[in-house]
Amino acid sequence: MKFIWILKFGTCNFKIIVSLKYKNVSEISTREPLIQGNKSLKDITDDVFNPIVAKPGKLWFLGLMIAGSAALIGIIAIVLTIWKGIGLWGVNKTVGWGWSITNFVWWVGIGHAGTFISAILLLFRQKWRTSINRSAEAMTIFAVICAGLFPLIHMGRFLLGFFIFPYPNTRDVWVNFNSPLLWDVFAITTYFLVSLIFWYVGLIPDLGTVRDKMKTKFKKTIYKFLSFGWTGSAKHWQRFEIVSFTLAGLAAPLVLSVHTIVSFDFATSVIPGWHTTIFPPYFVSGAIFSGFAMVLTLLIIARKTMNLQDYITINHIELMNKIIILTGSVVGVAYMTELFMAWYSGVEYELFAFINRATGPYWWAYWIMMTCNVISPQLFWFKKLRRSIGFTFFMSILINIGMWFERFVIIVTSLHRDYLPSSWEMYKPTLIEVAIFVGTLGIFFTLFLLFVRFFPVIAMAEVKTTIKNK
Amino acid sequence: MKEISGYYDKEASLLEAVKNLRENKIKIKDVFSPYPVHGLDHAMGLKRSWLPRAAFIGGAVGAISGFGFQVWVFTRAYPINIGGKPFLAAPSFIPVTFECAILFAAFAIVIAYLFRSHLGAGADNKIYDERATNDRFVVVLDTAEIESNETEKIKSKFEETGAMNVKFEE
Repeated sequence: MKFIWILKFGTCNFKIIVSLKYKNVSEISTREPLIQGNKSLKDITDDVFNPIVAKPGKLWFLGLMIAGSAALIGIIAIVLTIWKGIGLWGVNKTVGWGWSITNFVWWVGIGHAGTFISAILLLFRQKWRTSINRSAEAMTIFAVICAGLFPLIHMGRFLLGFFIFPYPNTRDVWVNFNSPLLWDVFAITTYFLVSLIFWYVGLIPDLGTVRDKMKTKFKKTIYKFLSFGWTGSAKHWQRFEIVSFTLAGLAAPLVLSVHTIVSFDFATSVIPGWHTTIFPPYFVSGAIFSGFAMVLTLLIIARKTMNLQDYITINHIELMNKIIILTGSVVGVAYMTELFMAWYSGVEYELFAFINRATGPYWWAYWIMMTCNVISPQLFWFKKLRRSIGFTFFMSILINIGMWFERFVIIVTSLHRDYLPSSWEMYKPTLIEVAIFVGTLGIFFTLFLLFVRFFPVIAMAEVKTTIKNK
Repeated sequence: MKEISGYYDKEASLLEAVKNLRENKIKIKDVFSPYPVHGLDHAMGLKRSWLPRAAFIGGAVGAISGFGFQVWVFTRAYPINIGGKPFLAAPSFIPVTFECAILFAAFAIVIAYLFRSHLGAGADNKIYDERATNDRFVVVLDTAEIESNETEKIKSKFEETGAMNVKFEE
């Protein structure tokens, strides 16, 4: 289809030609299948079931050993922090939020890709999500567990953590519902619980498949318990689909609200560099950006080590890379807008905060963030790079480093030079803080490795709906 | 006669069989499939599920109780002056209200779903064929209204539509 407009300005004629190309329906239906290898229903079941019963390979044990050791180091550091107090950390009166809140925001952000894939892509009926949604959702749950740890430890008095919930108490006090930190408590709790039930509702049919194929009695009993007595009845499937769609409809605004509320932790304060209305969309797109990078890191390893190349194909990787370009560009625009507003607003404190970010003592963090988040994803405009697994893997790690630095830059550079120059301080993490961060990476990967070992890592029933030869 | 069931290995023949059986006024008790078959609920004449209403009710209860609770805390139980803001600062109650609505709605629909489908930890539902969660489709008939002399007719109906196997259970 072609549209031609002719605009006349005085003696000049402008001709605007817009040509629209669209695929017709027959073209769409004959395009490449979502999964490769011309699988039958039984092949799909076997491919997903076999890793659950097979003895895991050496790589799996090696991975579990490394991740488990990292988790142990983190747990020791957490115990030390609770035992001795926050004095073990590098935080001070000026920079009260150091690595721990950086890590909290980073982990919550990573979780967002899982819900984006399972809920928002379900509502848009994107069938390619079926190969990756299960592991992405699992990733969400583990990431939120890691995220939740940080504010809890950061409170200092770990055992009084329940004070954050509104419950009737003998002191007759209630929590402050005007505080974004309390909104966070509600948002993260809801997000964790809803993600968990959404994930589990989707798992029930596949656990039923595992139960029915399991030969050993002991394991069969366990999977029977876990599968909630699933039979595959048409009535159950009908309700299952309605429940999935409704939960997706609930989870989609939820996931957007969660990082919005996390951004309120900053945006509702009066700290220069934090007090901006752009924060909610900027945080949400950054979250999806880093989350997709983490999904790619995990899945590129998983597809190789678990022989899932037929399910998680190069097309899946390319589609995820396209989302990375989109969200990465939104993040880039947000950075530019922040800079522009700092100048255009004429607020000297705001301007100082941004000049200090780019040229102050933490300039290196700012430029790592800029390079990793703004410049590097633009390389994905090249199809060749988008479809290169090695390059994608490299980029996925780079983006996560960049997104970690984004949170570090926002938190530390805004705090370390506040309104009162006599209170200016530098912040440097101690080994304990580094160990806790490494520990959460360990916990995350340990949980993920256990998940791929004992649970169906691909949503079998959903993949089965997408194949042709059934 | 307790159960009559037909086994299929193709989605298309299953749908055809369900339509054929229903046209012949043979009542279908249930169909088991490894994945949600598109159009099967329509072919079987299943009614639309009321489950979304559970989510709506849950969401409404969550929103109202979430908002009401905050109003009660800030106007009755524990009114404190925070930066001169009004006690009933409705806009700042919205995030918690929203999260409560989502939480209650999600739990309401999932609990209703599990309850309605008799699913739950340790539930012991009858499994007709272990391959029904793998690659087989099973049609189970309602035997209450079937006379014993009709079995041959039913068997032929099943076979017409490409059933791999028909099972009679006494």
